Amino acid sequence: MTVEPGEIVTLIGPNGSGKSTTAKMALGIFSPNEGNAVQRPNLRVGYVPQKLAIDWTLPLTVARFMTLTGKVGKMDAAEAMAATETTHLAKSEVRTLSGGEFQRVLLARAMACKPDLLVLDEPVQGVDFNGEIALYDLISKIRDELNCGVLLISHDLHVVMAATDRVICLNGHVCCSGTPTNVASSAEYKALFGSRATAGLAIYEHSHDHEHLPDGRVLHSDGSVTDHCHPDDGHHSHDHADQEDGASANAR
Amino acid sequence: MLDDFFSRALIAGAGVALVVGPLGCFIVWRRLAYFGDTLSHAALLGVALAFLFEVNITLAVFAVSVFVSLALLLLQKRATLSADALLGLLAHSALAVGLVALAFMTWVRVDLMGFLFGDILAVTRTDIATIWVGGAIVLLALAYIWRSLFAATVNVELAQAEGMRPERANLVFMLLMAAVIAISMKIVGVLLITALLIIPAAAARRFASGPEQMAVLSAVIGVAAVFGGLFGSLEWDTPAGPSIVVAALGLFVISILPMPKLSSNDGTVKQSNEPNAKGSHR
Repeated sequence: MTVEPGEIVTLIGPNGSGKSTTAKMALGIFSPNEGNAVQRPNLRVGYVPQKLAIDWTLPLTVARFMTLTGKVGKMDAAEAMAATETTHLAKSEVRTLSGGEFQRVLLARAMACKPDLLVLDEPVQGVDFNGEIALYDLISKIRDELNCGVLLISHDLHVVMAATDRVICLNGHVCCSGTPTNVASSAEYKALFGSRATAGLAIYEHSHDHEHLPDGRVLHSDGSVTDHCHPDDGHHSHDHADQEDGASANAR
Repeated sequence: MLDDFFSRALIAGAGVALVVGPLGCFIVWRRLAYFGDTLSHAALLGVALAFLFEVNITLAVFAVSVFVSLALLLLQKRATLSADALLGLLAHSALAVGLVALAFMTWVRVDLMGFLFGDILAVTRTDIATIWVGGAIVLLALAYIWRSLFAATVNVELAQAEGMRPERANLVFMLLMAAVIAISMKIVGVLLITALLIIPAAAARRFASGPEQMAVLSAVIGVAAVFGGLFGSLEWDTPAGPSIVVAALGLFVISILPMPKLSSNDGTVKQSNEPNAKGSHR
């Protein structure tokens, strides 16, 4: 799998399926046991981790947090904070923020670095439904402005952000991938999610040729059961070319 | 001015406090209080080795501290013990081995109390030069790795993902800690170094709104504690090293007294943010 400049790739999958691990391999935090992960040289990365606990002993204001991993121009920081509606929080201590505020600040920080690749690990956790749609709007706006590749991990197996170019469903391996269907294209979905959501959300329909059993074995569409899911067991053909990330080739 | 033992003590103590303050902040932020303890206990083994091989005490202490830091890193990766158990194991084993080794060297007559509690009133000009030159190097190195180290303190994965190389910063930090233990041992002694690392930083926390600010404040509070402690020890004829720690404790107690003006800073009250106060950046 690759993430191209300007492309939004959404990773979905059950808990423990390796979404975060995949993202961390792309980021270079973990090195893969098999296969390899490649980053384009001099790639600027913005990362919004899934969990980030700020120790109460750390005196850290939002304004200082913005420049955590690099020098960020005042203009860039102000712009990013305005876009995420966090300007009024600049002087607050980071640990006093609410869940939604903190997610927006994390996004502002990642955005202010002007990344080529933006990796978001469940960025909408702890954010209410309207906030989720606003965040998705913001992410696609960032993509349009910076033309960066976006690797987004979704907490939801079926509902993803509408601007997603490609959905990849993981469960220890790539189970299926494809493009989502916009909520707006179906009257039933529209009724279900309400009109506000129609622009921001999309439904992803899975097409699996196998099923993961609770004990870790795999039931294939032909009825046979195997211990693992290997590309060479002849049951299906999915891509095991591992995490070849890179916002590759010619990002700007 | 350097002819007077009391002035020498003031200058040496101030030098140590300036270096120890910023490093102490990281000890507090990273919850490494016991790590400082371990290194300083191990310093006694360094003293024993210095006598055995007839080398410079500061160098020997630095070498042993580095060795203990690396041993800790290695054991953390392999052993099935928790970090605090490993630290306890290393701290007290090194202390015990140091004491036993000194006992074997019957030809050396050392004032053990001098190393346990320090003897700031006996600092020489060479000691002062070691403290100020060594301290300046430590502070420069800390400034160089500051951004990486602080980012790694906030979140290691975030720092690594965004190209901060936290492992290198951590390694340099451990070396700096070893250096600080080596140069400050003579001032407050093995048993009280941790106090000088932690107490000024803890006192600074209340008044600081940013990490850099806290580091500077911590250094200033440390210097104030050294001056207060030394003048107190002169006045009441108390041991110098412990007096400095008592003075630091006094400053810490002052910092936790209720001060209404600072209530927004003490973490218990959520800062009120008027949405229309166009918060200017920084």
